[in-house]
Amino acid sequence: MSIRGRIKDFWIEQRLFEQRALATVFIVAALTLVLLGRLVWLQVLRHDEYTDLAQGNRVRIEPQPAPRGIIYDRNGAILAENKPAYQLELVPEEVPDLKATLQGLARIGLIDADDIDDLRRIVRSRRPFDSVPIRLFLNDEDMACFAVNRFDFPGVDIRTRLARSYPQGELAVHALGYVGSISESDLARIDREQYAGTSTIGKVGVEAAFEEQLRGRNGRREIMVNARGRSVEKAGGLEAQLAAIPGDPGTDLMLTLDFEVQRVAEDAVRDQRAAIVALDPNNGDIIALVSRPGFDPNMFARGLTRPEFRTLNENPDQPLFNRALRGTYPPGSTIKPVVALAGLTYGVVQPTEPHFCAGWFSLPGSSHRFRDWRPRGHGTIDLRTAIAQSCDTYFYDISNKIGVRRLHDFMAEFGLGKPTGIDIGGEKAGILPSPDWKKTVFKKKAEQVWFPGETVIFGIGQGYMTSTPLQLAHMTAVLATRGKNYRPRLVRAMRDPETQKVTVLAPRPLPKPEAGKPEDWERVIDGMLAVMQGGTASRAAAGAPYSIAGKTGTAQVFTVAQNARYNEAAIADRLRDHAWFVAFAPVEAPKIALAVIVENGRSGSGTAAPIARKVLDAYLLRKFPSPPAAGERAVAATAEATEE
Amino acid sequence: MLREDVESATQRTLTRTTRLFGTLRLDGPLLAGLAAIALYGQFILFSSSGGDWESVLRGSIRLGLGAVLMLVLAQLRPGVLRRITPWLYLTGLVLLIIVDAIGYIGKGAQRWLDLGFVRFQPSEIMKIAVPMACAWLLRERPLPPDPRTSLLLAAVILVPTALTILQPDLGTGLLILMAGFIVMLLGGLALRYILLLAASGVAAATIGWFFLHDYQRQRVLTFLDPQADPLGAGYHIIQSTIAIGSGGLFGKGYLQGTQGQLDFLPERTTDFVFAVIGEELGLVGVMLLLGLYVFVTLRALFLASQMRDTFARLLSGSLAATFFVYVFINAGMVSGLLPVVGVPLPLVSYGGTSIVTLLAGFGILMSLYANRKLAA
Repeated sequence: MSIRGRIKDFWIEQRLFEQRALATVFIVAALTLVLLGRLVWLQVLRHDEYTDLAQGNRVRIEPQPAPRGIIYDRNGAILAENKPAYQLELVPEEVPDLKATLQGLARIGLIDADDIDDLRRIVRSRRPFDSVPIRLFLNDEDMACFAVNRFDFPGVDIRTRLARSYPQGELAVHALGYVGSISESDLARIDREQYAGTSTIGKVGVEAAFEEQLRGRNGRREIMVNARGRSVEKAGGLEAQLAAIPGDPGTDLMLTLDFEVQRVAEDAVRDQRAAIVALDPNNGDIIALVSRPGFDPNMFARGLTRPEFRTLNENPDQPLFNRALRGTYPPGSTIKPVVALAGLTYGVVQPTEPHFCAGWFSLPGSSHRFRDWRPRGHGTIDLRTAIAQSCDTYFYDISNKIGVRRLHDFMAEFGLGKPTGIDIGGEKAGILPSPDWKKTVFKKKAEQVWFPGETVIFGIGQGYMTSTPLQLAHMTAVLATRGKNYRPRLVRAMRDPETQKVTVLAPRPLPKPEAGKPEDWERVIDGMLAVMQGGTASRAAAGAPYSIAGKTGTAQVFTVAQNARYNEAAIADRLRDHAWFVAFAPVEAPKIALAVIVENGRSGSGTAAPIARKVLDAYLLRKFPSPPAAGERAVAATAEATEE
Repeated sequence: MLREDVESATQRTLTRTTRLFGTLRLDGPLLAGLAAIALYGQFILFSSSGGDWESVLRGSIRLGLGAVLMLVLAQLRPGVLRRITPWLYLTGLVLLIIVDAIGYIGKGAQRWLDLGFVRFQPSEIMKIAVPMACAWLLRERPLPPDPRTSLLLAAVILVPTALTILQPDLGTGLLILMAGFIVMLLGGLALRYILLLAASGVAAATIGWFFLHDYQRQRVLTFLDPQADPLGAGYHIIQSTIAIGSGGLFGKGYLQGTQGQLDFLPERTTDFVFAVIGEELGLVGVMLLLGLYVFVTLRALFLASQMRDTFARLLSGSLAATFFVYVFINAGMVSGLLPVVGVPLPLVSYGGTSIVTLLAGFGILMSLYANRKLAA
């Protein structure tokens, strides 16, 4: 029968429908099982994995920065601390009109009108509920100004955070260092996790060298966040149950510096370019470390503006340059006592043996005259007078007799030509020349030859030789203690801020120089004593109730041609000689050894030695002249003018 | 004595209720199932809306409107439905074309027709009108349908489907397609035609790929590999599977779902509400809901099988099976089994007109059942 001719058979259709309905039931059952299977897979078999994922969604870990360790001087005066800093912050979503708000703040002088566009860009780049700092370091006046106008600025508020503060300002900045914004190069070497929640890092000095101890360990706090990253306390029936892991505050440091002596030293330098290192020869503790001019580390801690940095960086006096550790100068006559000790040790000279100084020295078979600083010479002198008068020809002769190799090795034992190993970074090694050194430094064969004349001037600290003020202070300390040798250091002890337990660090001895008999040391020290008593620096020692052993020196910046005379007045200030002075006191039981350099100071006895005397007085006699205030100084100057 | 009293009182109440339902032409078990699902939906809406009573109120009003429409449609006299079928279908088709035309001119998605006092989606009408039209076409013809009838039905189904997908509204389009196709299946379409249709469906999907909107293609790609774009298109699926999976066997507790309460779960009151249930009430809560859905589906299928009239039987059967298709597509998409298409979870998802359409369908089904002894 044809399909067209088929008629409806209700019973067959009923059965057909029932079959299909039954098939539908089976399909429904099968699909339900598929769904159930999927749900069991998700909710039972992989439940743990999804629980972790959900937990990761809702919990964000927020770092709680640890307070940085406090730095004290040796007597407990605070050199670096953390102070609450007040800043203006803005929550974008609470501010009805950002532009009007910023303009209003500019009108009352809290922000700079030129910064408005930048600030708007910064604010717009943040999440609407994050508080954005728009002005850092508010002073009392700013805070009062904002307090009066606060109702005009919904969404703007004052927040507090801890910021590094250096209460002594510029004082000892080159020892202390500073903290500054974490730079890209810092980021490359630090563990970022440790710096989450902080924006600063120790840059130089103690702040950098002891970064790890000072930093402490960040705490962490879990916070519940919603999908937009906003922190929420409660959502629906959901309450946060969150862990907080407390951090460890940074370790406090006790420095070897004596900030009162440091202050005297810095005041004594005034506005000259100079460096002073004073240390305790019995343990290497640095009492004062001065490099002038300096700068205010608080500028870095609060963030330097571009013009501020340019001013500092382009200043011809280089305030950022640490002269005490990184300034390498010809040591000049300051090394003569060590050369003398070398002469005695190797037996090339007898202490009382007379030496005739005619004002010049020539090597056998050479017509070249090595001149003495005193053109007419010192006449007949012995070792003591040679040191006291700083006779050059005496030391030309000794060093020529010792020979360059032995002299080099001897001086190296006093820490010259290599880093002293001070506990902060950045120090320079200087140069202690030798024939081997020449071979490594010069490329051309002809230049590698060591000339006998170079040995001659080596004996008076000229030629290739350079040293840092720190090295000369260290050398003087070794002389003072008759061979006791300690690594210079700035950090004396550490204190756990929680238990207040102080760990005192032991001084770190260095090998004693193998040099001479005890009486040889005394001969040399006697010579240094003579420097202060009738010698080159006797004026600086006048009236001292303790005995001082010292040595002056000048470092040539400008080389005087053969047969020409050094005409001081004719050369520019920057080309004048650097003035050196090294000393220790009291001679019998030394408590302090120091080195002073005044750049272009011309005369060690005239410029450097008086500064050293003030430092010695301050440390040994606790004599602290009140620093002349700016006004006072001006008054004094006027008074002098009137007298004339 | 006392117990007998109580028992007889219970008996009397039950009898009275049954009689009342009979008078109102409602099916008790089906109504109970629907009411249970709707209540469950309002319960979970309170949590998914973040404890917002206003949402619950709005949801209840919408449910009430649907219930009233269901009650009204259940009272339809026999024959009325059959008579209005062609007109309903043609009206729906014209409205769909108008909507598409407006959308084309306005260069954008267009699903709504704004009548001034109310906005409604013609595609929603088609969810009912298409199975009605198919059942209407088959009611006088011998079953199983011959090839010519099958082709005619295919056209009746595919034209509104295509118009809806072009709006673009893939979810509703698929539901219209399924509603019509199920009528054909229940009408006894031979297995070989079913296979042929499935094959041509695959071919159509392949060709259709080139006509899909970018965002629709993206959805399919995302379904195939959600991790490829975890913050973009894949975000929905990833977050909803995390929500369901982290719920475990018993869930995190009512109002305690972190994914939902902290907004990680998108569309959590509407298309993705299933994930909120999975997270807060766990596998147990999800199974309870699925159980209710299966119960309603099977009850509706049973009612359909009791009907003596082809039109009534096919239409009712299709409405019942389509209801389950909703559930499967939505649950499958939220749990990551199917790509994301905009299909709501019936009677539970908040908003949209689907609640009204669904309850209208059940009203029609109840009317047909009440008149089962007569020709509809």
